[in-house]
Amino acid sequence: MKPDLDVVAPPIPEEILQRVEARGISRRDFIKFCTATTAALALPVTMIPRVAQAVEDNRPPVIWVEYQSCSGDSEAFLRANAPTAGEIILDLLSIEYADVIMAAAGHQAEAAKHQAMEKYQGKYILVVEGSIPKGSDGAFCTIGGTSSVEDCKKLVQNAAATITVGTCASFGGIPAAAPNPTDAVSVAELVPGAAIVNLPGCPVNAENITATIVHYLTFGTLPAVDSLGRPKFAYGKRIHDNCERRGHFDAGQYAESFGDLGHRQGHCLYKLGCKGPETFHNCPTVRYNEGVSWPVMAGHGCIGCSEPGFWDTMSPFYRRLPKVPGFGIEDTADKIGIGLAAATAVAFGLHGVASCFRKGDAMEEDKIVKED
Amino acid sequence: MAQRIAVDPITRIEGHLRIEAQIDGGKIVDAWSSSTAFRGIETILKGRDPRDAHHFTQRFCGVCTTVHSMASIRAVEDALNIQVPDNARLIRNLIMGIQNVQDHVIHFYHLHALDWVDITSALQADPAATAKLAQSISDWPKSSTTYFKGVQEKVAAFANTGRLGPFQNAYWGHSAYKLPPEANLMGVAHYLEALEWQKDIIKVHAILGSKNPHPQTFLVGGMSIPVDPDSQNAINADKIAYIRKLLRRARTFVEQVYIPDLLAVASFYLDWADIGGGVGNFLSYGDFPMDNSPGTGSLFFPRGIIMGKDLANVMEMDEKQITEYVTHSWYNYSSGDDKGLHPYEGETNHQYTGPKPPYEFLDTDGKYSWVKSPRYMDQPMEVGPLARVLVAYASGVPEVKQTVDFVLAKLNAPATALFSTLGRTAGRGIDALLLAQKNEVWLDQLADNMGRGILEVFNKEKWDPATWPKEAQGFGYHEAPRGALGHFIRIEDQKIANYQAVVPSTWNAGPRDAAGQMGPYESSLIGTPIADAENPLEILRTIHSFDPCLACAVHVLDGTGTEIVKVRVL
Repeated sequence: MKPDLDVVAPPIPEEILQRVEARGISRRDFIKFCTATTAALALPVTMIPRVAQAVEDNRPPVIWVEYQSCSGDSEAFLRANAPTAGEIILDLLSIEYADVIMAAAGHQAEAAKHQAMEKYQGKYILVVEGSIPKGSDGAFCTIGGTSSVEDCKKLVQNAAATITVGTCASFGGIPAAAPNPTDAVSVAELVPGAAIVNLPGCPVNAENITATIVHYLTFGTLPAVDSLGRPKFAYGKRIHDNCERRGHFDAGQYAESFGDLGHRQGHCLYKLGCKGPETFHNCPTVRYNEGVSWPVMAGHGCIGCSEPGFWDTMSPFYRRLPKVPGFGIEDTADKIGIGLAAATAVAFGLHGVASCFRKGDAMEEDKIVKED
Repeated sequence: MAQRIAVDPITRIEGHLRIEAQIDGGKIVDAWSSSTAFRGIETILKGRDPRDAHHFTQRFCGVCTTVHSMASIRAVEDALNIQVPDNARLIRNLIMGIQNVQDHVIHFYHLHALDWVDITSALQADPAATAKLAQSISDWPKSSTTYFKGVQEKVAAFANTGRLGPFQNAYWGHSAYKLPPEANLMGVAHYLEALEWQKDIIKVHAILGSKNPHPQTFLVGGMSIPVDPDSQNAINADKIAYIRKLLRRARTFVEQVYIPDLLAVASFYLDWADIGGGVGNFLSYGDFPMDNSPGTGSLFFPRGIIMGKDLANVMEMDEKQITEYVTHSWYNYSSGDDKGLHPYEGETNHQYTGPKPPYEFLDTDGKYSWVKSPRYMDQPMEVGPLARVLVAYASGVPEVKQTVDFVLAKLNAPATALFSTLGRTAGRGIDALLLAQKNEVWLDQLADNMGRGILEVFNKEKWDPATWPKEAQGFGYHEAPRGALGHFIRIEDQKIANYQAVVPSTWNAGPRDAAGQMGPYESSLIGTPIADAENPLEILRTIHSFDPCLACAVHVLDGTGTEIVKVRVL
């Protein structure tokens, strides 16, 4: 039997390519994009024509709103490469509303949002950036005089699906960090039961936005998610398990201080506080800014920015994690499980659970199990 | 008859901003600036490890990412008296420098340009005439008829779908748009080019700091990106070459596209050199240390104060003169809301007293914003690239003087033209040009250090909190893209006792103070002509000229601060 590698991709139908070309996109770029997207979704190459069809047929309406955000996820979107933000805006999606880039302002901007919501009721994709503050009757965040609580509820309820970009919209993020002064919540907490895909990360990786959208267009369904609503294609594996420095961890080679020889030689950052062992994200494989780098590659430990409650559960960021499963020590995986449960619990305000979990972690404890 | 309008949301900015204005006789006679969102990050910081603070503060803003990390680590380093290695100084300068350049270009093309450039008019342009215009102002190699024809066809194909997406419902066709179709087409083409360019050149942040937005490489005491010519896991010769290529591309675009476009567009809008002046007081903390002497060392952009547009008299900046008022902000001071407090002593209890949403208008006689009102010697101050450039210009910094004079000569305008909406936009271009050129110098110095075996990037002497004094306080300065940024930290028992950020958009966007003095946004709008109150394009021009960043501007200091202790007891 032939291995998969030899399967030849069927061609994208000529009429699709012609229509794409008529819209000012080069054939080459379009084929490249469809191939890359198919690969990003871990689909067989035989799916390329279907991806092409999904992308080409019609531009789905998208409403992108920001609440308690820093616009970091909008900026991340502007750094997208395959496809680029320009291609997405002009060719692939019909972005009906997005504060950061839209030309209209004031009541004309709000009118565009409301028109899109009515015209495409049940059909548009909603993208939410930032948490939603429930405190002070919603006065901690208003747009055009309307509270974000009301705005968000209405938009989610009328959307075909909601994609949350960044940790704030996915899990509450920094505004919800203790003591959560504004009673900030995630979209899922505000509108329980809604169809939501969470794309956490601080900020979200643009590659994960484009892959999620195209998955939806291709299959008409949202991607499979884990228990925290995160697509498995992007959040299915622990950073530690895909880390380029894993070999050094297994070999017991650690950077002891920033700038020391081990640090310069790319040794494991575990002792400098890396949270890779407790974080599920595709940073090591996808990286950022077109694959140029990611935190561990730049010599800084992971801070766990895609995990719920990470501002409380993963900090202090420069203190090493308690116990991490090493080479051949599978039983400690349970402890990682406990760590995540604690993280989730803290996100919902059960601070005591985290305290119990961390009690056994003495900072001076410096023994790491090594296997020969 | 007087008419009250509200523009909410102000789009193409970071964050949530609302402007209310009173219009009479075709002009703005009164204006109120309000921020309508609040997160409370400084409350969240209390009780945490000061070495972690920069991760939190960086999330003040994802547009001017990096800047709140810079100010934060400098505040802690100031408090603990830490001197960073020379390589850390250079890497920081490079990160800040390219941030300013990229941010200014994004601002000009993607946030501000549509106030001056009418996309719909670009469809009527003659591509050959556009090429001629573009070639007459710059050597940029792309400016051919075929190129502009291609862009025009792309835009036309988009418009023909009838679904204009982010370009719908705008002020297209407004009488205040003055550019000929050819200049509009050139603007649209470069809007698209800049969109490509910005994602590429900012890879400098990824190389030096893992990613952008929100690079993860800053450390109290230095940087975490290692430097070692003999390692594949550090900044080596290969990475230096990569950065050099990106910096050159950044500079070329600024020199051949941004600045020529800025001057060309400005030449059609010279009346805006008389509009939008504002408070006329300017503050710059100065930045970009040129050597590694203790304290701030010698700064490329000097520190200073200009009062009452008096360029003949640059005064020394004394951070003790900074206070913040909450008279018209949704906070209370225990000693009364009519007093200003220095950030170290600052206290803030948020209390919303505005109308219950949904609302039509705010009660601007009372409190009406989540932004506080910072004052210097009780005076409102404008901060930003213009302030930074003016202080350097008036201080006689040769490179700055030369560049400012070049721009003024091109526009055939006197220096006083800089006190305006147009001046603010020009000041940003001057700032970008100067830094785009300076970046390569800092990279050369870093390479030179590496060549001489100087590899230190991190000073670990005070990394261990056990080495810290029981109490300390520090001021972290930075000239961010949007201007003077100050972080103030008090450390007690190895934890953050108090954290306060006085950021550029707080200075500029703040409401009235106890004396009723307007903030810079408000003041700059007075007298602005409004052709059509339904479509107040002119308000966007002046407000965008400040490059608002509201997520940064809103913060709170105190709060209850009790629950966090539960989490901290580990």
